[in-house]
Amino acid sequence: MMKRDECLRAIARHVTDRDIVAPVYSTAFDWIDIRPHPLNYLAHGAMGLASSHALGLALGRPDKRVIVLDGDGSLLMNLGTLVTIAEAAPKNLFHFVCENGTYEANGGHPIPGRGVVSFAGLARAAGHKNVHEFSDLKVFEQQVGALLAEQWPVFACLKIVSSGEQKRDYSRLHGAPVRQAFRDALRAG
Amino acid sequence: MSAHVSVADRQATDGLSGQRIVEEIHLSGIEFVVAVPDITTSEGVLRPLTGLSHPRLIRVCKEDEGVAICAGLSYTGKRALLLIQHTGLLDSINAVRGVAVDYALPICMMVGLLQKEAGVPPRQSKSYGVRIVEPILEAMGIAYHEIERTPDTAKIRPAIDNAFAQSKPVVLLVGQPPK
Repeated sequence: MMKRDECLRAIARHVTDRDIVAPVYSTAFDWIDIRPHPLNYLAHGAMGLASSHALGLALGRPDKRVIVLDGDGSLLMNLGTLVTIAEAAPKNLFHFVCENGTYEANGGHPIPGRGVVSFAGLARAAGHKNVHEFSDLKVFEQQVGALLAEQWPVFACLKIVSSGEQKRDYSRLHGAPVRQAFRDALRAG
Repeated sequence: MSAHVSVADRQATDGLSGQRIVEEIHLSGIEFVVAVPDITTSEGVLRPLTGLSHPRLIRVCKEDEGVAICAGLSYTGKRALLLIQHTGLLDSINAVRGVAVDYALPICMMVGLLQKEAGVPPRQSKSYGVRIVEPILEAMGIAYHEIERTPDTAKIRPAIDNAFAQSKPVVLLVGQPPK
């Protein structure tokens, strides 16, 4: 099992100023501390929809990599997204799911199917051809750069331990200035 | 002046032309149609759009997914139309609330009113699900337009243009199956 912040640091080492990154909930708070950037897409409006927003961004801007940092509880709310993304198959969409088995942002309760459901298996069954699963940080660090160079939609499940309580100021994610900064940054290039 | 009303005249006044709807979608600059099949618009709108390279059709599993896809596209400057049934609109109310209304994004939805009787205003339909659509949209502060007959298709382009100009959602309620 890995720690989320260590996985995010490994990803951040390969993210460029041109990339869009869409992290959710607890991951988002970690991510914006690790890598603050106007092309962080943080406002998803409803739980589970980050990968769908990302699909729209990827279709609309095929010149940019779009990296989703999803949660297991979030993905469970929108499993159809795996099928939709697999069919639309944008080459520039990279879907990472941090699996800690809990709704960490909602009290730490277990997700349904905790320890039983296979997110990589769900992705494969949905039609994804480029599916990975990591539970060892060194292996992930070695491979994440190559994953982000793929020319096919990538799905990767990251087995992590729960990080516990966080300080959460949701205006850092949903506030109008954050959304406007993203819009301006995207327009600029 | 003849008292006889031709079939073509009757279709122009009483019916709804799917071809005109598709033309208006093209003229509105829509580049992506994001759809869950809806029986009202299935043959008159979705079927003619199927297989076209433009606008690109994105089939989704659930309507709230579509709301978010349209949102992502809107940030990139691409115009999208979400083509769904009113049951799907009701199912995705929280996504519409959070993404379209709270974030003030130009989410354009064409919504088929399943089981609405032709020529009957939605609020007077025998279908409970149809009757509550407009009051819900009003409660949410979302603009809507009834597309019941062919002349109503003239509302489509201005509604979509206005949604993008003001960065606000809009709903186009299709009241009978377009021919």
